[in-house]
Amino acid sequence: MWKTIVRRVILMIPQMFVLSLIIFVLAKQMPGDPFTGLITPETDPARIEELRIQAGYYDPWYIQYYHWVINAFQGDFGQSYTYKLAVSTLIGERALNTFWLALLSTILVYLIAIPLGMIAGRKQDTLYDKSITLYSFISYAIPTFVLGLIFLYIFGYRLMWFPTSGTVDVGVEPGTLEYYWNRLYHLILPAMTYAILATTTIIQYLRSEIIDAKTQDYVKTARSKGVPMKIIYRRHIFRNSLLPIAAFLGFTITGLLGGSIFIETIFGFPGMGQLFIHSVTSRDYSVITALVMLYGFLALLGSLLSDIIMSIVDPRIRID
Amino acid sequence: MEQKNDVVKVESNPPTGIQVVIREFRKDKLALFSFIGITLLIVVILIMSAFMNQDEILRIKLLERFTEPGVNGYILGADEAGRDMYGQLIIGAKNSILIAIAITLIANALGIALGIIMGYYGGFIDNLFMRIIDFLMTLPTLMIIIVLVTIIPKYGVLELILILSAFQWISTARLVRSKALSEGRRDYVNASKTMGTSDFAIMFKGILPNLSSLLIVELTLNFAGNVGIETGLSFLGFGLPPSTPSLGTLVSYATNPIVLSTKWWIWLPASLLILILMLGINYVGQALRRAADAKQRLG
Repeated sequence: MWKTIVRRVILMIPQMFVLSLIIFVLAKQMPGDPFTGLITPETDPARIEELRIQAGYYDPWYIQYYHWVINAFQGDFGQSYTYKLAVSTLIGERALNTFWLALLSTILVYLIAIPLGMIAGRKQDTLYDKSITLYSFISYAIPTFVLGLIFLYIFGYRLMWFPTSGTVDVGVEPGTLEYYWNRLYHLILPAMTYAILATTTIIQYLRSEIIDAKTQDYVKTARSKGVPMKIIYRRHIFRNSLLPIAAFLGFTITGLLGGSIFIETIFGFPGMGQLFIHSVTSRDYSVITALVMLYGFLALLGSLLSDIIMSIVDPRIRID
Repeated sequence: MEQKNDVVKVESNPPTGIQVVIREFRKDKLALFSFIGITLLIVVILIMSAFMNQDEILRIKLLERFTEPGVNGYILGADEAGRDMYGQLIIGAKNSILIAIAITLIANALGIALGIIMGYYGGFIDNLFMRIIDFLMTLPTLMIIIVLVTIIPKYGVLELILILSAFQWISTARLVRSKALSEGRRDYVNASKTMGTSDFAIMFKGILPNLSSLLIVELTLNFAGNVGIETGLSFLGFGLPPSTPSLGTLVSYATNPIVLSTKWWIWLPASLLILILMLGINYVGQALRRAADAKQRLG
């Protein structure tokens, strides 16, 4: 199994390399440079020119790329000119917010999907099954931003159950229990939106796994021994079908990253997705390159995670 | 083909292609309803938009700002610049639908051609493209599309269609490749080869028609997906240019909290229209998928 994992990790290196090259070339095409933001009417153009030469703005692109990669390995992604902060510090703050959002979303995805998938599979072709299938169809077809807005409108503005933006109310003392509760409270609506959209695959997979399992020999054996169906479902079928579900974890995380751009924009949530949109609008390209690299890396990590879980669960796919 | 038995006459004439689809849709009334409904909706939107004066609708009339629905002849009210929402809705829907169709056609033509070539030849070509596809699949596509949109200097509708198509062929190529791979090993392909048929003819006249049912499913579901992607990008402000309203542009007015909380007529109709389009097209796609897969057919 270690061989499989090492092989996959090694495969990530050329992928990251090509991605970084693409992103670097794209970023170079963007109008403006990191010093555009420093220009004020009093700035001496010669000084800016000097800064550009110092920073290697006129070097050939491969030398610039080399410096960029070396710096990136040391955690230095340059300076954000709109926020006047080091990119790594800026992203670090936002990443933590996105991380909590992702964690809560993932927990909710499994909390919703596992019971629904189990019920749909057990009570195949009943009204329960049909309602769950309908639910999973709708959640599959509805675009993220439409569901997000409708939720925000209903639960945020009409019913006023949840706050409509931000991560925490102003004036709440950090470190107190109330503070953490307040933060969680701000997370629920965006996390719920994401969770509902991401349940489809897991529900449908679990449902078909359980329906298939009903006709398997090990279930027939258990039944002929007189084990009640309830226990067969709980002990035999559930355990067998649950392991592959764990492997969806990686894909859930990958999907979350794409969704975070929409969800954070709609719910005014200061995470990495919102930062990305702001940076693109203000052409803050050192932040953009760092974020795209990070998202690319996390997406690769997500699929690696799924592959590792799969190879632990299912020995047949291991490479010897 | 008919087989004569002593007593019973056994029909072994399995329904093919379009017959299966018709049978499936007869069984599934909701799918039939969705199909007719969506087709009618699209046709009506296209016809109505042809009779609308876009310049007149997009003219700014500040006095009519935030007119409520039903007042002064505004069926769905007006936005913050006094532009008629009903007219914008129809024109936006037309733009979103036509762009999604264009992306679907371009991306699928590319995906199908590449997929068949990969599956038929196998070997080096297949390996090379599979590596490229595997790499493209792991990219943070949405972010790269947004970056591309901001870089391109003369950005317009055509550029948007090409950028989106450049990322949408990937899944089609993968799917077609795996089907073409198994189809290419069939006897009829070997027979064609021995008869000296050219590779091109085998691929596009022999294998392609046999994948048609699968491709119809893929086209339908991709169409829905492309409506979602274009409206999503326009919602974020990186889709259609401001001069060309899209359903997503209309929904994006709701990022202003005042519009979202008190001016429902600006964003809700467009959101509902997107929802109806997505649900309807996807439902038709899934019914087609059941028809294409003998195991899942209803009857």
